Amino acid sequence: MLPETSPLLLDFRLRQKDFVLKVHIESDARTIALFGPSGAGKTTTLEAISGLRCPDIGSIRVGTKVLFDHEQKVNLPVHERCVGYVPQDLALFPHLDVLHNILYGAPNHDGVDTKIVDILEIGSLLQRSIKDLSGGERQRVALARALMTKPAILLLDEPFAALDLALRDRILPYLERVRNELGVPMLYVSHRVDEVQRIADWVVLLSAGEVVRSGVPSEILGEEL
Amino acid sequence: MNEFFEVTSFTVFMAALATGVMLPLGVAIAWLLSRRDFVGRTILETLVTLPLVVPPVATGLILLKLFGQRGPVGQVLAVVGVDVIFTWKAVVLAMAVMGLPLVVRSARTGFEQVDPRCEGIASTLGAPPMRVFWTISLPLARRSLLAGAVLGFSRAIGEFGATVMIAGTLPGTRTISVSIFRNAELGYDAAAASFIIVAVVIGFIAVHLSNKLEVPS
Repeated sequence: MLPETSPLLLDFRLRQKDFVLKVHIESDARTIALFGPSGAGKTTTLEAISGLRCPDIGSIRVGTKVLFDHEQKVNLPVHERCVGYVPQDLALFPHLDVLHNILYGAPNHDGVDTKIVDILEIGSLLQRSIKDLSGGERQRVALARALMTKPAILLLDEPFAALDLALRDRILPYLERVRNELGVPMLYVSHRVDEVQRIADWVVLLSAGEVVRSGVPSEILGEEL
Repeated sequence: MNEFFEVTSFTVFMAALATGVMLPLGVAIAWLLSRRDFVGRTILETLVTLPLVVPPVATGLILLKLFGQRGPVGQVLAVVGVDVIFTWKAVVLAMAVMGLPLVVRSARTGFEQVDPRCEGIASTLGAPPMRVFWTISLPLARRSLLAGAVLGFSRAIGEFGATVMIAGTLPGTRTISVSIFRNAELGYDAAAASFIIVAVVIGFIAVHLSNKLEVPS
């Protein structure tokens, strides 16, 4: 079973050339949006949680699992973190069909989780090649692939950035269904106010590598508008 | 005629064995060079490329000194009863050393074209590094790896300088290139020409195939 909630604790610093990211987020909200302009450090934050980048100091905890703790010398390898990550470019595996893409991370090569397939309505796509999918279909497959690992948290990096508004409006309900029916905690990166209002129940405003404010969407986004 | 088929089949077989040696080694080196930053990286890169720029005869002489009875490697191999110099193993060794740079170059290009995001995401899906390599990096770079193997094989077929130094020109270790040289030296132009035709045909097919493989599908 997927966890109902996953309190998230991020407290780290990461230097990357001239950019320094200092993040402190502590929340037990189910869907957190990282909101802010380009270059604020949103993607780097997700990469630090997933283990693709290593902070210099601090700690990262999802639920009771410590992923990184500089003082305790804990730095779990990426493949042991149990974090579902959907990057902006999706990074679907072009040499595998849809079925093998979504089965890639299935624990012990279990069969397809039909609930995930049903929610995202990708049953008819399973035998298709990645190259034959439309933009919206690719989004749903990437989402299914990340969910199939039964992650402790789902990291979504501007999942709709490459879609036009009409297509985005058709895909957003799928994400709402994932949130409501699977109960997977999400950390959602976006710089679109309407998206964040619809998806998130807690917003963290990031700017120039630092957390500026955090709170419920109406409070934070109201000030931004 | 017998000599023609004997030498041709021997050369092709030795080149295939050499490809079997250089491919896994070349792929491992190429992956390290394209994906890892480590002390001595440029030294390794230079060492692997060296056979491309050093005269093949010089490479052969270095191998002779290393694998000869008094050489450091030769002495170790002698303990386990393995004699390399002036045997078929010397032919494979010379071919593999001379073909390795081509395999590494091609494979490295292949790995560099693989989107690192795909490898990273495979890790987030629970795949340990070796699984990522076998299921993502290797299949996505496969065309370049095959192209490298074909180029390495064709280089092995044409190898002459290093082979002469460590395998000699005696029957039993005589390759197509060595036979061209011997026949031309003895004035047997027709025999030399038949070996040249074989070398050109194999070379043409290999380079054509390699070029086709390097063009993305």
